[in-house]
Amino acid sequence: MNKSVLLISSAVLASTITGNAAARDNISIVGSSTVYPFATVVAERFGKTSDFNTPKIEATGSGGGLKLFCSGIGVQTPDITNSSRRIKASEHEMCKNNGVTDVVEVLIGYDGIAVANSVNAQQLDMGTKDLFLALAQKVPNPDGSESLVENPYQQWSEINPALPAIDIEVLGPPPTSGTRDAFAELAMEGGCSQFELIKNLDKALFKSTCHSMREDGAYIEAGENDNLIVQKLEANPDALGIFGFSFLEQNSDKVQSSIIDGSIADFDAIADGDYVISRPLYFYVKAQHVGTVPGIAEYLAEFTSEQAWGEDGYLADKGMIPLDDEERAAVGMAVKNLEPLELN
Amino acid sequence: MNPLNNTDKEHQTAAMNASTENTTRSTTATVRASLKKRYAAEKRFRLYGIIAISSSIGFLFLLLASITSKGLPAFTQTFVKLDVELNSEQLGITDAPSAADLRSANYSGVIKQTLRDRFPEVTKRGEKKALYKLISTGAQYELYDRVAADPSLVGQTISLWVPADDELGAIIKSDADLTQPDSITTRMTDQQIAWAKTLKDAGDLDVRFNTTFFKNGDSREPELAGIRAALIGSAFTLLITFTLSFPVAVSAAIYLEEFAPQNRWTDIVEVNINNLAAVPSIVFGLLGLAVFINFFHLPRSAPVVGGIVLSLMTLPTIIISSRAALKAVPPSIREAARGLGASPLQVVTHHVLPLAMPGILTGTIIGLAQALGETAPLLMIGMVAFIVDIPASITDAATVLPVQVFLWADSPERAFVEKTSAAIMVLLVFLILMNAIAVMLRKRFERRW
Repeated sequence: MNKSVLLISSAVLASTITGNAAARDNISIVGSSTVYPFATVVAERFGKTSDFNTPKIEATGSGGGLKLFCSGIGVQTPDITNSSRRIKASEHEMCKNNGVTDVVEVLIGYDGIAVANSVNAQQLDMGTKDLFLALAQKVPNPDGSESLVENPYQQWSEINPALPAIDIEVLGPPPTSGTRDAFAELAMEGGCSQFELIKNLDKALFKSTCHSMREDGAYIEAGENDNLIVQKLEANPDALGIFGFSFLEQNSDKVQSSIIDGSIADFDAIADGDYVISRPLYFYVKAQHVGTVPGIAEYLAEFTSEQAWGEDGYLADKGMIPLDDEERAAVGMAVKNLEPLELN
Repeated sequence: MNPLNNTDKEHQTAAMNASTENTTRSTTATVRASLKKRYAAEKRFRLYGIIAISSSIGFLFLLLASITSKGLPAFTQTFVKLDVELNSEQLGITDAPSAADLRSANYSGVIKQTLRDRFPEVTKRGEKKALYKLISTGAQYELYDRVAADPSLVGQTISLWVPADDELGAIIKSDADLTQPDSITTRMTDQQIAWAKTLKDAGDLDVRFNTTFFKNGDSREPELAGIRAALIGSAFTLLITFTLSFPVAVSAAIYLEEFAPQNRWTDIVEVNINNLAAVPSIVFGLLGLAVFINFFHLPRSAPVVGGIVLSLMTLPTIIISSRAALKAVPPSIREAARGLGASPLQVVTHHVLPLAMPGILTGTIIGLAQALGETAPLLMIGMVAFIVDIPASITDAATVLPVQVFLWADSPERAFVEKTSAAIMVLLVFLILMNAIAVMLRKRFERRW
């Protein structure tokens, strides 16, 4: 009995090792977990309404996705990578060095990062400056002297008298999360660059000052799971949470967005650029795979169709903020012609 | 004999007797005194044990109760009855449509028209959009399936039960009072709830067993999401794991236990097997990525790679338990067999191995159960992925049950909470089944000496 099992297993191994060079018949997509919920909707529709297989989508993170994407040409490498930031020049260089010369960039829309609390609590109205003072590890000395001190603020009212006198308690993503990176870059940096003292620091020190979150318990790393943050906000009306816009939308009966620099995180404010904590979402396509792996051109057509990424499209229903008409027309054209990306 | 001596001796014995009596008395007293304390200590220890066990049972019960209560609604689904008029003009097809025509026909338009006909008072654009949201986007695919199966339906009016949207579904399943929309926590508007009430009063809303959950792969619409793809993926992965790790591990165990000479090399091998059992599973994932995907170019996200990686992970578990099982076979069996002229290989294959089999199988199933619950190594080889199509072979892209749980737990749609718990329940059922098989095999074939 042992012998036959051994034979079978070695046959299985041998057949898979020899048979792997066969072409792939589904699109392979990797990349950002922020784009994942949108890309999966398109992929599912595409699979159901076309004769092609449903694309396979992995959430590897933007950086991890680009690394896989740029590792070379061929069916064992992904065809598309999603990214919640633009490709870096260094990554583009790496792509080129590995033979991935024709990369098409597709800007698909925007994502907002919401600062929110329970609907049973008072809606907060603050600026990114207040957010920075509440959450940074080091802040300018409140007594006015030109130095940075450990964050002394315990209550919102100490930062801004207009805010309520409740303890600062913010639940947010851990450093491994892309949402955290984006929050640090958009909200924290936006707030801290309003201080002359920090602005004049050298580049590395500026970044570390702006991006370091306090570690004395006022900022609580609540894990990667945004649903968990929403649940905790529901239980604790005094706490504030930081999470993706789509989670705010799905839970609008439980949590409300705070007003940041004059506008709340809603569809129109993010689309118009009034709400500052928002970021562009991209995906990158390996043009050299179009024609090799079946369905890429059709997938692109589905993604850039009005019923998908349009203002009333199904991606908007899922919480993605669409581009405006002109941007859509321009990006759509570039995608149709598979114009390769040129970074200066 | 010297009488004096004699009396001396008597004195001595008497003195000795007295002293032993003294010490005996004091020991008994000490024992008696400490007895109470010792009984109390034992009682306390028993109490600690009972507290430990009952608190772990309590937590287990809490966990199971919370998972079950959250997950049970996922096994039912709300359906809406629609009387769909399959107008070929509306569908955008000719009266004699080809298969391709049928595929690209405008089913969603027909369903929207049906809803508008049902509620003719809805005219504003925003209201229409809200109305369409009562029905799952899966309705159009359901309609297509019906028409594709029987193209003669075109031109007729058919009544069709289609899945409701996840939010409407949740309200109906929770048996909320639709006459009091304010009491319901939902994102649905009062108007939508009023429409739902109309449908319900007409008997066009029904809660049924959720077959979709067992028939479909993953979906971004909670009402269309299912665990089929993950289940099949798990099955393929475990199959590979079993076919690779079982023969290798058992052969290794037999060699090490029955044939290998006792020297430094076998010692090193033994130590390393034990160490391997303690290596974090993510390390095996990294190895899988580097060796099987990057070097052997096996397909990414495929159960074959997942199975190989997990079999590396389960190998030490099976080897260690198989060796223990082989060791437990009494030497007299081997000696008797050898005495009757059996060769060493015959001793093993005819006598030792069959007797050790229950233990070996128990170890194997425990190892496989561990592999069934693993996600970390699969992350590295691309099995943490959105898979809609049911995998048909071991080289198709697939995912596994625990990964499906992880992906659903991270989805913004609230209805995925119940799907997450339901998937956990399915996973638990499989684990319990596997463990039950292990217990059964042991009970059935176990021999006591």
